[in-house]
Amino acid sequence: MGQNSTGSAGKAILPSRAVLEKRQRRRNLKDSAVKWLIRAGGGAVVISLGLIFVYLFSEVAPVLRGTSIDNPQRFEAPAGGDASSERLMLERYSDIGARLTADGRIVFWKLDDQSVLKTQRIEGNPEAEITSFGSGEPRTRTHVYGFSDGSAVVLEDAYKLTFPNDQRVLIPQLKYPFGTDPLQVDPQGRALRQVTVQPGSSGASGAVIAALTVDDRLVMARVRTRQSFLGGAAEAEVSARDLGAVDPGVTAPIVSTDLSNIIAHDDAGRLHYFNIDDRKPLGLADSAQAVADGADITQLRFLNGSKSWIVGGSDGSLTQWMLVRQDDNRFTLTPMRSFDAHDAAVTAIAADYGRRGFATGDADGVLQLHYSTSHRTTLREQVTEQPIVAIAQSPVDEQLLIEHAGGEILLYELWNEHPDLSFSALWSKVLYEGREEPAYVWQASSGSNTFEPKMSMVPLTIGTLKAALFAMIFAAPLAIAGAIYTAYFMTPRMRQTVKPTIELMEALPTVILGFLAGLWLAPFVEANLPMIFMVLIGLPTGFLLAAMAWQKAPQALRERVPAGWEAAMLVPVVVLVVWVSAALSPWAELWFFNGDMRQWLTSVGITYDQRNALVVGIAMGFAVIPTIFSIAEDAVFTVPKHLTQGSLALGASSWQTVTRVVLLTASPGIFSAVMIGFGRAVGETMIVLMATGNSPVVNFNIFEGMRTLSANIAVELPETAVGSTHYRVLFFAALVLLLFTFVVNTVSEIVRQRLRERYSNL
Amino acid sequence: MSNTRKWFASGDPWIWMIGGALTVSLLMVIGLIGLIAVRGFGHFWPAELIETKVRTASGEIEIVLGEITDTETLTPLQLQDTDLAGQADGDALTSRAQFKVGNRDVFSSDFRWILEPRRIETRVPDDAIMLERREYGNFYGYLVNIKRDGEVIARGDNAFDELKAMLEKNRAQVDELEHIDRYEIGAINYRLEQARLDERGLEFNRDKISAREYQQRMAEIEAERETARAQYKDLREQRDALMRELNRASVTMRTADGREKEMKLSNLIRATRNNAMSVFEKTGYYLVKFKEFVLGYPREANTEGGIMPAIFGTITMVLLMSIVVTPFGVIAAIYLREYARQGTFLRIVRISVYNLAGVPSIVFGVFGLGFFVYTMGGSIDALFYPERAPQPVFGTPGLLWASLTLALLTLPVVIVATEEGLTRIPRAVREGSLALGATKAETLRRIVLPMAAPAMMTGLILAVARAAGEVAPLMLVGVVKLAPALPIDGEFPFLHLERKIMHLGFHIYDVGFQSPNVEAARPLVYATSLMLLFIIISLNLTAISIRNRLRERFRADSD
Repeated sequence: MGQNSTGSAGKAILPSRAVLEKRQRRRNLKDSAVKWLIRAGGGAVVISLGLIFVYLFSEVAPVLRGTSIDNPQRFEAPAGGDASSERLMLERYSDIGARLTADGRIVFWKLDDQSVLKTQRIEGNPEAEITSFGSGEPRTRTHVYGFSDGSAVVLEDAYKLTFPNDQRVLIPQLKYPFGTDPLQVDPQGRALRQVTVQPGSSGASGAVIAALTVDDRLVMARVRTRQSFLGGAAEAEVSARDLGAVDPGVTAPIVSTDLSNIIAHDDAGRLHYFNIDDRKPLGLADSAQAVADGADITQLRFLNGSKSWIVGGSDGSLTQWMLVRQDDNRFTLTPMRSFDAHDAAVTAIAADYGRRGFATGDADGVLQLHYSTSHRTTLREQVTEQPIVAIAQSPVDEQLLIEHAGGEILLYELWNEHPDLSFSALWSKVLYEGREEPAYVWQASSGSNTFEPKMSMVPLTIGTLKAALFAMIFAAPLAIAGAIYTAYFMTPRMRQTVKPTIELMEALPTVILGFLAGLWLAPFVEANLPMIFMVLIGLPTGFLLAAMAWQKAPQALRERVPAGWEAAMLVPVVVLVVWVSAALSPWAELWFFNGDMRQWLTSVGITYDQRNALVVGIAMGFAVIPTIFSIAEDAVFTVPKHLTQGSLALGASSWQTVTRVVLLTASPGIFSAVMIGFGRAVGETMIVLMATGNSPVVNFNIFEGMRTLSANIAVELPETAVGSTHYRVLFFAALVLLLFTFVVNTVSEIVRQRLRERYSNL
Repeated sequence: MSNTRKWFASGDPWIWMIGGALTVSLLMVIGLIGLIAVRGFGHFWPAELIETKVRTASGEIEIVLGEITDTETLTPLQLQDTDLAGQADGDALTSRAQFKVGNRDVFSSDFRWILEPRRIETRVPDDAIMLERREYGNFYGYLVNIKRDGEVIARGDNAFDELKAMLEKNRAQVDELEHIDRYEIGAINYRLEQARLDERGLEFNRDKISAREYQQRMAEIEAERETARAQYKDLREQRDALMRELNRASVTMRTADGREKEMKLSNLIRATRNNAMSVFEKTGYYLVKFKEFVLGYPREANTEGGIMPAIFGTITMVLLMSIVVTPFGVIAAIYLREYARQGTFLRIVRISVYNLAGVPSIVFGVFGLGFFVYTMGGSIDALFYPERAPQPVFGTPGLLWASLTLALLTLPVVIVATEEGLTRIPRAVREGSLALGATKAETLRRIVLPMAAPAMMTGLILAVARAAGEVAPLMLVGVVKLAPALPIDGEFPFLHLERKIMHLGFHIYDVGFQSPNVEAARPLVYATSLMLLFIIISLNLTAISIRNRLRERFRADSD
């Protein structure tokens, strides 16, 4: 175009051809620059919105990754001698390993070059020999050596963290929490053939040393330190106690951290539970067969928290047991679950430090990793041909030390971040420690580090659906009926103000709705419970009566008011019904509910929370009414006019036209309106956060609260550790919400688009 | 009978029924807004102070003075829980009133329920005084005397005027004191903190600079610190002097039941005789209180005082968000409508983008926390602020991340609105421009964008309205109950993107649900809700009116 004009026009006015071409080039350049800029920008925006999916998924994905062990290093046990390790330990940074041997030596060595840092020998009383060894929970790093004179020495492997020249240097130390002098455990001074120790936690102070003597008595000593009167070193206070004779086969006692139970087993595959809590009869309280006939128990070890323990059998079986309180307040030994069995006898069990996982080794050199709550065996690997004698995990579960009978130690790097999740842990009933029945429980964290996290998604999912369901029961009829009326019966002028008013509702911040629901509506409903139900019955009755009265009204009056003003005329009816219900509410309570409906509900066995599903239903229904209304109204309003006019022309009444023609045609649109409303109710956060008690219950009782996925995220996410299982589960909840609403919205959007096409074809 | 059936068959009752559903929905909206408006506006109106004689369960007579804040009706069974148990006769209903008796430091609780049968005599005394205090909430009682340096300087009838005059005089000094506390000492603290950070940064880079330079810079930092400390000392003295002056005067009040309480005048804000005030005076009081609410700082764990920081934080965040969301939203809309190849793929993309508007906001919050705060913020800290470790700068929720998260959340809103505007531009206009030889970019800039501008404006306003009311994602990415400093102040770089902010919506949640004295804080929550509601409704109405005008214009254009 530009070229043509240059030829014909005068040169004085128009620039030369060269200038014009240059200008044209620049314009084209600009044009394509803009094109690319917008493409890049637009593409980037679209991609970044897609990034939300990708990112949420990437945060959840590590959960799916299996457990693995890598980079094995193999070396002779440092300062081996001929004694194998009774126990292996790893410190937090995995710089140093420690082995405690049967002959009373503690060897610390550096993991990277296996150089021995320190060796120390435990000394007892003169002429006393070491006869036994035992350990508490790995978390406590407490060990005990028993001697032939009935005494014992308690020690801890400790590591002092120093930073000379900003370099981390760990100095291994042996600590004697109750002094270096041996503590007399057996008052009769006989040799201890088995010994164990456990420092108390959660309120129980001091520690308990329990032992079996060579003459088959169970003895125990409670030890606590006392600052001596004149300051100076702490003094150990020992109260030893003889619990009497036991079966000669009884062996391997372990003490729980509340210092009230001793669990041991015998040579016939039976478990024994001894009570050492003074408030109940001391001594043997229960026994139970724990392995199949013909097999022995070879290993017995508490899991973290010592509420349950793992029994390993000579047949390779692994079962988890716990104590369950019976009706008569007695505790009995109860099996919880069994894990994938080894093919050979279980020779080592090591519990994780801060969670319910454990590692097991067998006589064939196979290593297995398990997790109790999720009931998973996450790893099974042949690591050696020799029997495994000891296993240690680092406190942060990143390293694994294994010693086998050939005197060799294997060091593995471990990746075992999320063994606590499984399909059954999230979605099935799980038997948790201390409970009689499997249950759906969400209780993901607590202050204590021996707490068993309970992460069942069922209560949250049920809660989400419950809240959305009650909201829909309240909102859908009101919104759809209102939409049909507005679109079909209302005068156009009134419609012009009504529709934006209801749509303005959509913009109301949900925090305001939540606040009103929690602080105004919930107490109001509680105080005027009968009123709610009276309004529910009264309003439709009132509308019918009003319609009847209008029917009977004089013709002159009826002609004054045009059709389409019914809604406006009903305003006084609604006000009247609400007012009458409010005034009658206390009387209704008196007449029908003995004076207090709430108490009456409780007395017939219905739990009543002040912030309940009824309140949430009303408040959240309020929030979704405009969404449903707006879309449904559009669907009804855009039904082609010739359809309805045809129906009316054929003699149908307007109500018949609505039900037989309009609704049928618009039903996909109304369906998608309800779907979108449901999607909004599912993801709504503030209203449920404020108007429910946020207790994760599993029921559909309208008078109880719930905890929804979204509210749960809002409450818990700021306080979880980044990368922990809990964190990832919350991301998973967010991903579920995202996918759910996305699918619901897409489906309803497609339905609407097809409906639009159909309308245009009609 | 058949008549009724015919009537039902005609469908008339059903029309009334669905009309009723609409009426109910509409009345709920109006009722809700009305409830908030009445409670919110009512909060500042000086309430009547009512003195009532109460016969307690043990038969003693007690006098109670306060405002009535609530009443309710009890059935005989509900009466069982009160101290009137057993005295209920038959089916009679009893009512009770909630009194705000204030005087938290004397009575330990601000509210008490009084049963109607227990009230034997009620009067509205003209000389009852409501004292608004900086601590412990309101005081209701009677004036005994005013002291200065321990000497009684006024008592009796004229003492109230004297008290008002003194409080008026105090106000200037108190303002000065607050200014020192909030701004001047804050500024010095900021300088000291900067000096500390500079020092750490210097230590960090010690091997990169010469020893001489190191010494020199160290000396500079030390000098800066010295001056700051000296200034602090001066300020401190100034403040102490003011405080001493303020604390010289005190007022002694008597509660309705006769207990006397002496209070420092510096603790008082305002004294009013509510019952003796004319409507004119009440209006004046109302306006002052309202101004204090909008422009003041919160007191007493947010349950009293103003909400200025929350309004300020909300506005700052929303502005930042707009700056981000507008260009990106508009460019994406132009891309989708004008540049991308229309087809099935684009249809999918468009539906996806639209659907993101319906994704729960908490999901955006989770994304913001994980991606912006932990991933991006963590990287920024590691790159640019190594000297601050282990304290995070951007690796913790803050203004920037809150704005970005909300920008992402509102992006679909802007895209949808802009696209709608672009679609409405008649094809003829665009083609006319192209036919005259304009390039696509020129058509876009000169024709399309100006015509679509109101639509973009609508989108932006809707986005702002949505962002202002959103709370759930903000709880995760940067909003706190009490921010120590505003995000914009006089210290370089003036806009502090890493700071945490306060937010109106979160303020409602926090004060209503997390504060220790919910009952006392409730009126304030209503007022805050009203504020938020007002902002959002007016934004929405603006957007709606722009959109309507736009539709009219294009209807005219295309005809």
